[in-house]
Amino acid sequence: MTPPADIPDIAGAGRALRDGSVTALGLAERVLARTHMTEAQLHAYLTLDSEGLRAAAAAADEELAAGRDRGPLHGIPVAVKDNMCTLGLETTAASKMLAGYVPPYEATAVRRLREAGALITGKTNLDEFAMGSSTENSAFGPTRNPWRTDRVPGGSSGGSAAAVAAGMALGALGSDTGGSIRQPAAMCGLVGIKPTYGRVSRYGLIAFASSLDQIGPLARTVSDAACLLDAVSGYDPLDATSYPHRMEPAAARLDRGLEGLRVGVVDMRGGAGVESAVSEAFSKTAAGMEAAGARLREVDLPTIDAALSAYYLIAPAECSANLARFDGVRYGLREKGRNTAEMMSRTRAEGFGPEVTRRILLGTFALSAGYHDAFYGQAQRVRTLVRRDFDRAYESCDVLISPTSPTTAFPIGSRTADPMTMYMSDVMTVATNLAGHPAVNVPVGLDGDGLPIGFQIMAPALGEPVMLQAAAATEARAGFRPAAPYHPERGFAEGGI
Amino acid sequence: MALDIDIAHVARLARLELTGEELENYGRQCADILEHAARVSAVDADGVEPTAHPMEMDARLREDRTAPERMLDRDAALAAAPAVENHFFRVPPALEED
Repeated sequence: MTPPADIPDIAGAGRALRDGSVTALGLAERVLARTHMTEAQLHAYLTLDSEGLRAAAAAADEELAAGRDRGPLHGIPVAVKDNMCTLGLETTAASKMLAGYVPPYEATAVRRLREAGALITGKTNLDEFAMGSSTENSAFGPTRNPWRTDRVPGGSSGGSAAAVAAGMALGALGSDTGGSIRQPAAMCGLVGIKPTYGRVSRYGLIAFASSLDQIGPLARTVSDAACLLDAVSGYDPLDATSYPHRMEPAAARLDRGLEGLRVGVVDMRGGAGVESAVSEAFSKTAAGMEAAGARLREVDLPTIDAALSAYYLIAPAECSANLARFDGVRYGLREKGRNTAEMMSRTRAEGFGPEVTRRILLGTFALSAGYHDAFYGQAQRVRTLVRRDFDRAYESCDVLISPTSPTTAFPIGSRTADPMTMYMSDVMTVATNLAGHPAVNVPVGLDGDGLPIGFQIMAPALGEPVMLQAAAATEARAGFRPAAPYHPERGFAEGGI
Repeated sequence: MALDIDIAHVARLARLELTGEELENYGRQCADILEHAARVSAVDADGVEPTAHPMEMDARLREDRTAPERMLDRDAALAAAPAVENHFFRVPPALEED
């Protein structure tokens, strides 16, 4: 069993690039060689841009040689979820609707990554339009979990998570609407950050639910993830919801430890179907934080039980409005029809997969005359109460903690028949999206099947620095530097180690 | 809370041409999900202001001028269209609609 020893983390690669022990092109070739070995098994990528990666790596080497150093991401291969527009590089959102679509513009987050010196490896698989919790809803086939290939990688950013966990990129961007960065990070043993709403520009992110969507990083360490987050954060005039003021860098307090930190343990009321390995790892990690000087207290969020219900009204409602733009007129698929309405209805029926269709129907219903106030309106009022619960908790706590996902990675195909069971996967994560707050997954151990277990740390709006301070200390205490077991001939194990 | 959803009507509103079998399946699944989602109605939220957006901020206005850096070149904007004619998006007749 060999972990990807030849694929360093971002910090390690940065040191190697500057002491001359590796070039950006050499590093890119290693990543491509790794991808060549593992991609057939995992299907993490929808588009691999080998030539673009090599060209950008050569340019990065030339810049370094000429004394131009763009900072910690200079020469670092990073993957991008395929719901972010990349100039000249196919962007599909894993939907038949957008197969072959080449955007005429670039997402701000991707542009900022490139300006920070990062090299884009390609576009990663996802649940169609980021709707799902397993990456099984991709129109182009599922992604498999590197830790056990009979398991899902989580979702919807499952391709980004699998790519980083397998060493096919050193970091990745994902997007998180209800847990879509944190849950796959948990299931693949990675750090994944859902930033404060407005911290990262959504310009060029194919919208799912505009008041919940946020772009964020996945990486192998807290410090790598913080570095990626700081590179893509900041005001963008092209996104009217981007935060217009200066923000403390996310990485500002990574070395400050847990001493005196006030940590609220969220009472999940046992109603979330938490697996025993997950709750044991959670308790052990929480106790470890306390031993390191954190002050723990239980906090009650009375409305959290209703958060998932509110989420599954608000997200589909916004989805049904956002996805109205896919009508066969300006881009993407078009089916034939005798008139415009028929062309649109046939195009949409053909282009959208079952989960997207279901959510459009749900959202259309929740917004329709006669039901609007009882469903969507009430969900928005509950959203206010969820925010107030958090505000009250943060009066006496610096951060809150909970498990990230009630279970570790589940078997491929085990939840596809029942949408509601799949939605339960998001029960721990949706509340922070409703509130607009940041949250991070930190890997803290493995269950009996050798599958990673995640731990969630949440903070108030713009609280990324203290959140990642707690995360870095938790990561150091867990002593868990995850690498999916890989055999040079057999590849990743189907049934685990 | 048993919900009677006119799923065919909802599909028409959403411009989705679905088969009878698909409508039946989606209708049943949506009813299941809405039954769970209807838990929001058990929450006492009378008089609570709805949250449409997580960040409390005023709508920002930009200067009212043409901003070429925010605009796509016409050919680039049309490049991904399924049908184009004389620099316009082309669609089937729109006025035959019932």
